[in-house]
Amino acid sequence: MVDEHDHICWGGGHHHHGGHTLAVHGLSASYGDIEALRELSFSAACGRTLALIGPNGAGKSTLLNLLAGLIRPSSGQILWNNAPLHLTRHEIAFMPQRSEVDWQFPITVRELVEMGRYPAVGLWKSLRHHDRDIVDKALHALNLTELQDRQIGALSGGQQQRAFLARALAQEAHILLLDEPFTGLDVPGTESLAELLRALAAEGRLVIASHHDLSTAAHIFDYTLLLNRQSIAYGPTARVLTEENLLTAFGKRNITTTA
Amino acid sequence: MNEFLQFLGEPIAQRSLWACAVIGFANGFVSALVVLRRSSLQIGTISCALLPGIALAILLFGLVQMSIIIGAVLAGLMVGLGSLFISRTGKADHDTALSILHTTAFALGYIILIRLGLQQKVDDWLFGNIMSMGNADLWIAWSIGAIAVLSITVLQRPLLIYLFDPRAAAAMGIPARAFSYGIFALIILVLVSSLQAVGAFLTLGLLVAPAATMYLLTDRASLMFWGGGLIGALGSVLAFFLSYPLGWHLGATIILVLGIIFLLAWVFSPKYGLLRHRR
Repeated sequence: MVDEHDHICWGGGHHHHGGHTLAVHGLSASYGDIEALRELSFSAACGRTLALIGPNGAGKSTLLNLLAGLIRPSSGQILWNNAPLHLTRHEIAFMPQRSEVDWQFPITVRELVEMGRYPAVGLWKSLRHHDRDIVDKALHALNLTELQDRQIGALSGGQQQRAFLARALAQEAHILLLDEPFTGLDVPGTESLAELLRALAAEGRLVIASHHDLSTAAHIFDYTLLLNRQSIAYGPTARVLTEENLLTAFGKRNITTTA
Repeated sequence: MNEFLQFLGEPIAQRSLWACAVIGFANGFVSALVVLRRSSLQIGTISCALLPGIALAILLFGLVQMSIIIGAVLAGLMVGLGSLFISRTGKADHDTALSILHTTAFALGYIILIRLGLQQKVDDWLFGNIMSMGNADLWIAWSIGAIAVLSITVLQRPLLIYLFDPRAAAAMGIPARAFSYGIFALIILVLVSSLQAVGAFLTLGLLVAPAATMYLLTDRASLMFWGGGLIGALGSVLAFFLSYPLGWHLGATIILVLGIIFLLAWVFSPKYGLLRHRR
């Protein structure tokens, strides 16, 4: 774990005091009459890997969507370095669930990674030398240089995940939002993605992922937000995933593993 | 042959040839959107709903040029929004609702058009009649084609991100909802432009086949727009030169040629063709 006031922060020379902190205050959201999240508050500094854990319908996706700016909260605030997060959209990268992606889409790995430059480059400007450098580095960092001209469907599952992470790197995003990234990965795949996420966090990013496998959570994520429409517990994963907390979040029946 | 050359000298033939090229290009260009979004079936139901849309518009506003455009918008709204409404408020799923709604609308439109005494016109709207296109129609086709090429080219970068990964696009600040309405509007416009050429039944082929062919040939989404446009235009022009000597219906020939081009790509595409392993 990295101390909030003493970490090396990756990310294009952003100067900051006291660490980059994501602070959520009293966040609520609802779909029509249905309240999806109530009065959620927590704060997380970059350098962490944070798991969102809770039963189906607990509001994990809602929280990711709120953080990504895809939906608006009915009340509450999301602050990044004390300023509203939506003012710094480029700081957030979103990685969809594997099952949501059209893997036949005619796009190469490199083109996918280049998409990450859109917030910086905009509509018109062509990619400059600087942008191509960043894309090259992102591809290299995730070991995709050799595969950059492949169509994304021609990659293995792990390579596909890495291609999306490379896009997040190319975006130079500080906050990585991942929707169930470990779903469908085998044990070695899980291990290498976990390592990767830890490395990305260690470089000063804040990695936030929804996660459903209680047995692997403590191994992968250093922090956990346990939720069920509201915050049940928040803190270091091992301290959050206690039997008592899990009972509160999931009810009796669903607990098969404890951390 | 001489007769054909003589025919080519006629203004009506030149107009038709231009119409083939322009409409083929515009449809081919926009077909990339339909293929990348995997929404061919939905567009198919909307194109079939053009007929009842037009019937309603004629009933309301009389037989004027504008009726076709208004009718197309009506059709899109009727079927597009109607099926969403039915599937959200009842037990039937979206596909079921779409199928029932567009056939019902089609039946109603057919009855209205026959009752209005427009039997002659019905055939043209169903299967197209390029030879009946006047200069004004050609201008409309030009403008719609220009709008399509311009807007897609200008917005290509965010558009591709949106088509591939709508949630990440929205997270990057790309207005996803506006894009989805914009795409819908553009498709309706292009349907209108091709209605006179190939008719409500066949227009789906023109709006899917060109980019579907490119889809088998390339791994670059950006190539699907211009490539689709090129295939659409060349296929339509080729059909024009085939249809007169053979005495075939032009609209139907266009769709036939594009279908054959697609089948050729399906078999012979170097990367994804059926024969790729045999070489």
